[in-house]
Amino acid sequence: MAINVIKDKCKGCGICVKACPFSAITMKDKVAEIGSACTACGVCVSKCPFEAIEKTEDEDVVDLSAYKDIWVFAEQRDGKLMNVALELIGEGKRLAKEISDETKLCAVVVGDGVAHLADECYAYGADEVILIQDPLLKNYTTDGYAKVITDAINEFKPEIVLYGATHIGRDLAPRIAARCNTGLTADCTRLDVRVSSYIEYAKKNTTLDTSTLDPNDPSTGIKQTRPAFGGNLMATIICPKTRPQMSTVRPGVMQKREPVEGAKGELVEYKPTIAASDIRTEIVEIVKSTKELVSLTDAEIICSGGRGLGNEDGFKLIKEFADKVGGVVGASRAAVDAGWIDHSHQVGQTGTTVKPKIYFACGISGAIQHLAGMQTSDFIVAINKDADAPIFEVADFGIVGDLYKIVPLIIEMWDDAEALYDASTK
Amino acid sequence: MAFNILVCAKQVPDTNVIKINPKTGTLIREGVPSILNNDDANALEEALKIKDEFDDVHVTVVSMGPPQAQDMLMECIAMGADESILISDRAVGGSDTQATSNALVATIKKAEEKMGKKFDLVFAGRQAIDGDTAQVGPQIAEKLDLPQVTYVEECTLSADKSEVTVKRNMEDGYEIIKVKLPCMLTAIKELNTPRYMTIEGIFSAKEKPMHVWSAADVEVDLDTVGLEASPTNVFRSFTPAPKGKGEILTGNSDKEVVEKLLIGLKGKHVI
Repeated sequence: MAINVIKDKCKGCGICVKACPFSAITMKDKVAEIGSACTACGVCVSKCPFEAIEKTEDEDVVDLSAYKDIWVFAEQRDGKLMNVALELIGEGKRLAKEISDETKLCAVVVGDGVAHLADECYAYGADEVILIQDPLLKNYTTDGYAKVITDAINEFKPEIVLYGATHIGRDLAPRIAARCNTGLTADCTRLDVRVSSYIEYAKKNTTLDTSTLDPNDPSTGIKQTRPAFGGNLMATIICPKTRPQMSTVRPGVMQKREPVEGAKGELVEYKPTIAASDIRTEIVEIVKSTKELVSLTDAEIICSGGRGLGNEDGFKLIKEFADKVGGVVGASRAAVDAGWIDHSHQVGQTGTTVKPKIYFACGISGAIQHLAGMQTSDFIVAINKDADAPIFEVADFGIVGDLYKIVPLIIEMWDDAEALYDASTK
Repeated sequence: MAFNILVCAKQVPDTNVIKINPKTGTLIREGVPSILNNDDANALEEALKIKDEFDDVHVTVVSMGPPQAQDMLMECIAMGADESILISDRAVGGSDTQATSNALVATIKKAEEKMGKKFDLVFAGRQAIDGDTAQVGPQIAEKLDLPQVTYVEECTLSADKSEVTVKRNMEDGYEIIKVKLPCMLTAIKELNTPRYMTIEGIFSAKEKPMHVWSAADVEVDLDTVGLEASPTNVFRSFTPAPKGKGEILTGNSDKEVVEKLLIGLKGKHVI
């Protein structure tokens, strides 16, 4: 795949130079020249007013048909499945059905004494569970898990492997991808296999010009969409030449299915070849945090504070606010970096992605990296002194004012909402 | 023989400063400074702390990027690193994480060949703020056949410099892990506070070796690097759709505004 400038058509206007997200284009003798920083993303192709830039696709297609089925690494800790595993089973099932009726969704459960998790995987949509058990696999180790999963991949040849983008998934997936010599896309927020589904998604949620995409395209290579540059740019990544195609997926983004109690599937017990000498790290201790558990991903209401709080004490007000409305406390990176609150509360590109019913942004200006983590919330209320703050661009309701005056009033009047509404409709 | 530490670093645009042009939907890059990636600064700091604490420690920083990345490496030297290597070549441009790790591994192996021994300890930042993939560190470790610990928030090197004990950050707590050297550790910001450049450091930079190597210099297999050799490709890229602007609530008093808010939330069945 490559980007080429058609020299006769190029007028040297320089629009592509400005449009290129990677600063890969320069002007040489009034003709655009594509430099080595080019990633063939194609932004310049659509921006060129003279159709002077073209993208050439690869012609040589490798036979990839030996690979089938979709695998989900069903991450467990202490014999409990992580939420993201269930989300991925739901999403993987959707993709499997889009590929073909024969395509199975397989949950890969690795551990020791974890056979009981199979039923939960079936209930959430798995057609098959591949169970890999050994006392050496009781706790996660990079070496142990990478070895047994790579061995299983080489034996069963899945077409797609999905991992949760957790501290374990992001440690494990790159090593497996390197060992399988295949591509891996990090922190995906959207997956498609059918071009028609991708078009539908793009039309609804993005600025992408879909006119060059053919909705009847029968190909089912995975299209992995993820934020880049701190959420300033979205990129859809493909893995056309190698298999399996692998992605890590952000927790909290994909939808779990409604569990079907008693659902059954096929159990495949895969006997791993693993020795103590394969594992080069020694776990001395595993400590579960005693700090307040912040479940931002599951919260229906989030009350977030940012730099506008002015100091650490501001979070006392935010906590009071959250307690009143039955919500959870969130924070912007600025507030976390200032040391006012623990990182576990951080919402945004480098924090947690959230999608609550209501997101209250208090004193948060709305840096792009924060917006990337919360703009898909169902309803956003922003309170900020600065009327020009970017947070108001995504807010459903905005209040320009002092949060130290507004928030106490919301707390005070919250229980009266029903009465106020009734009065207003009379 | 010196104890050799390698730090993998990347020059990145400061994504906190990047803004979108609302009219064209493109990134505004003018005036966006290029910086040493945040987590990589923590990786370097940890190496420098070991250098402060132990005798005869040599810290080398390796990076891949355009020639301008020398500015970032100069900063690393001014902070206290002893040597830097930049692999810079059109042939490695457009690499995804897999191809990038191939190029860096070839570079590291060439450095080890010239040095006549392997690096004792390798640090990298957990992830770079322009791509946020967190993949290149583990993929370098894989290809150098090193054990790894990612998300390192505390690190202690044993007195005989044969193993490290690290605290690995987890979403729900932490793990204490011991690993024999050589190994790869990826740093997060909790690990330390990076030092500033010193005046002496800036002046000494002129005397320290700052190598710039081409693909030919590191003898990398050209079929394993660059856009063509990358298993992943960008299919499309675009800016997220701007959400329609909402309503700014106004009133004669704060109380009136909050009333409007609550009535609005009720009216829209949000609460």
